[in-house]
Amino acid sequence: MPHPDASCPMTYEQAIEAYFMEHRAKLIDVAAFLDRLERTSENKSDDFRMIAFRSALEVLGDGEPDRARRLLELFSDFSTEPIDTAPMKGALGAMPLDPS
Amino acid sequence: MLYIDPHIHMVSRTTDDYQRMALAGCVAITEPAFWAGFDRSSPQGFFDYFRQLTEFEPKRAANYGIQHYTWMCINPKEAEDIGLAREVMSFIPDFLKLPTVLGIGEIGLNKNSKNELIIFEEHVALAAHHEQLILVHTPHLEDKRKGTLLIMDALANNPAIEPGRVLIDHVEEHTVGMVLDRGFWAGMTLYPETKCTPQRAADIIETFGHERIWINSAGDWGPCDPLSVPKTQLEMKRRGHTPETISKISFGNPRNFLSQCSKFNVDG
Repeated sequence: MPHPDASCPMTYEQAIEAYFMEHRAKLIDVAAFLDRLERTSENKSDDFRMIAFRSALEVLGDGEPDRARRLLELFSDFSTEPIDTAPMKGALGAMPLDPS
Repeated sequence: MLYIDPHIHMVSRTTDDYQRMALAGCVAITEPAFWAGFDRSSPQGFFDYFRQLTEFEPKRAANYGIQHYTWMCINPKEAEDIGLAREVMSFIPDFLKLPTVLGIGEIGLNKNSKNELIIFEEHVALAAHHEQLILVHTPHLEDKRKGTLLIMDALANNPAIEPGRVLIDHVEEHTVGMVLDRGFWAGMTLYPETKCTPQRAADIIETFGHERIWINSAGDWGPCDPLSVPKTQLEMKRRGHTPETISKISFGNPRNFLSQCSKFNVDG
């Protein structure tokens, strides 16, 4: 459980001064990435990773707390049983859509 | 400020990294056995790797005043081949007797497969039989949440395992709470893209407190930063955390957990 006294020692203004420029740049990176996808030769909208990505953008704007946890959960596998065999070593970053 | 990097794969790093880490305050590291980026073709390949971890790396680290400890296992990425895994596990007990081997690790799951889970459970039994500490790797990205739950359930199924002697590594915002709530130690790995940044690690400490939790670089052959522990110290200092809290996260907590093995002896 989160600590009941959870807090950042910085003031709101100090946090803005420390982090705004860094995260402004990251936001613009996201925007440029979406623009880049639109310029690709096969502009698709059904890639499972991008479906999760668009849902993640909605989480960022919903005004509710625990955004990092909720984003990570949005990209997570919620099944509970081990799979039969490992299909690869790596991970994809989001769950493929269930064909059913 | 002194620090311990309790999870870093120095076999993949240069001697220059040892020097930079020493200059930044590193006094000790622990190096779990892991995947080399390719599958080894025989158990003998692991035997040679374990010799590198127990014979060569301690000497290389000592040149820079860094104490080097290690952990033994076959990692989950190579555990899909159960026959190979069991052959490797057969010679682990001999390595557990060596003076710098702290326990079994980094065991765990990668893709959450049935064979990975079988070998994980056999490693846990091996650790219990030899009364070893355990260092657990949790899966990457979309597989982490499910894998962390499977791992904790498997540990709970072995009555000989004390949660306070198990460190579950690579936690993030969606897994740290469940790990701490079940009595395990939690490790935050500081990677530029796929795990925690120093900023997020500081956020997690502010949110979940600083008991039973440590930070590590898990530096290896991929994109990573062997100085990420001192960079997190700096991030916490920038925010106004006390030197005592910063030292606890980066030195005191790893020392307390690792000192449960009598071989670990690092002075503050």
